[in-house]
Amino acid sequence: MAFVVRRPQLKWWEKIYLPVIAKGLVITMRHFIRTLTGRTKVTMQYPEEKWNDQLPEHYRGAPALVTDEQDRERCVACQLCEFICPPRAITIIPEEIPSEDKWAKVEKRPRAFNIDMIRCIYCGLCEEVCPEQAIFLRKDYAITGESRAEMVHDKARLYEIGGRRVGLVNKWNDLK
Amino acid sequence: MDFIALAISAVKIVGLVFLVIMPMVAYAVWAERRVSALIQDRVGPNRVGFQGLLQPVADGLKFILKEDFTPKNVRTGYYWLAPALTMVPALLTCAVLPFGSQLFGEPMVIANLNAGPLFIFAIASLSVYGIVLAGWASNSKYPFLGGVRSTSQMISYEISLGLSIIPVLMILGDLNLGRMVQDQSVNGWLMLPLWGDRFSLKGLLLLVPVVISFVVFTVSMFAETNRLPFDLPECETELVAGYHTEYSSMKFALFFLGEYAAMIIGSGLAVTLFFGGWSLPFGWLSWDGKADLPWWQGLIHMATFFGKVVVFILFFIWVRWSLPRFRFDQLMRLGLVFFFEIAVINIILTAGIMMLVK
Repeated sequence: MAFVVRRPQLKWWEKIYLPVIAKGLVITMRHFIRTLTGRTKVTMQYPEEKWNDQLPEHYRGAPALVTDEQDRERCVACQLCEFICPPRAITIIPEEIPSEDKWAKVEKRPRAFNIDMIRCIYCGLCEEVCPEQAIFLRKDYAITGESRAEMVHDKARLYEIGGRRVGLVNKWNDLK
Repeated sequence: MDFIALAISAVKIVGLVFLVIMPMVAYAVWAERRVSALIQDRVGPNRVGFQGLLQPVADGLKFILKEDFTPKNVRTGYYWLAPALTMVPALLTCAVLPFGSQLFGEPMVIANLNAGPLFIFAIASLSVYGIVLAGWASNSKYPFLGGVRSTSQMISYEISLGLSIIPVLMILGDLNLGRMVQDQSVNGWLMLPLWGDRFSLKGLLLLVPVVISFVVFTVSMFAETNRLPFDLPECETELVAGYHTEYSSMKFALFFLGEYAAMIIGSGLAVTLFFGGWSLPFGWLSWDGKADLPWWQGLIHMATFFGKVVVFILFFIWVRWSLPRFRFDQLMRLGLVFFFEIAVINIILTAGIMMLVK
């Protein structure tokens, strides 16, 4: 079905272009001045300004291990996180806690706990599945390294990011 | 004696071209990027040095370090000649621009020609050869189309460019750019006749043709330098990059710098013809070319000239990021039908005013 597109009838001042061009120049100049005086919000200048204070509470950053209030590692090497991890970023080598240890009743602990941060997709399933509340997604998002080996977080690095968390589960200590 | 004159000329050439024009070209590119960013609510390059002021240095290094690739199917000799042919005319034209009044008894112009505007148009029209050669020698579709477009565009806009300044030449009665500026410095700028002889009925009436010729001249200058809204030879969306599609590294940089140098020279010419070159407004520190000037006045005059040129370049940039590109038939119609006729009528109007009003 054919239909006629009505062309707008230009007035004479629109035909000579100049007033319209002046109008356009005024608009761009307004944008220029507003940006120059900082009234227009522009991109965050990343390395100088960071997201840190604007991250929401539920932000899912780098996964990390935490200790309890007695600085004991919470992880009991059940390997649930290793099994649920969709990209298989987590590798755990469990070991038995020797019987002379103070925490021998816990029975198991990780000898090695590696998270390959090249693989990690920050899904948070490890945090959800953990029965001991030992692994949490923290707010660190700038995970960088110069080699693949550097991008694998080992146990020491994970505890360093995670730090200490107080008052979650008191299953193993005497506080309960 | 001859040797001293030559040495002074050499110092002026090196000083103007390498210490003023080339850095201005580099910083025009920086200004273009920063201003366009601010207009589009962005930030622009602000990483290298304070506010990105060292960005031109980084860009230059990048251009030098890039691979200079010559495609297999090009006509090598012409392909290499073309970038030089766009850069050289752009820099040659600055020979006749009076960039200052007088410094230590030396007139601040490289060649004090008695045919300044004619020299500039003659040389500037040569820059079309660089673009044509680049388009043809690249042996590729997009550069060819860009070259063809550029040729027709530049040739048709040269007509209105040349005709538009005839009223100026009639009013000032001189072809020496230096004397044209001295006249404006004493008698009032053509675009601002508020002091001296031009502050009269005749001078104010002549403002009408002068404004018309300024508009025609400026728009033609945009077209001559292939700037948006007339950048059809390059027009990224249609022709990739137009005539310099096949060029890389420093050869591309020469095209790029040639375009900006042409823009600076064009701004300089517009400032010289319409806004009194190096002179300050309202006859302050005016100079009629007779007595010797103290050196500090010479420096002030030079600073005034380059200040005006910078303002004009910012205007160029502002317009570029405000207007959309013309269609090619609109462009040719604008140049050949409107501006040509307007310029011719403007000459008659000027002559009539000069004849009738005493």
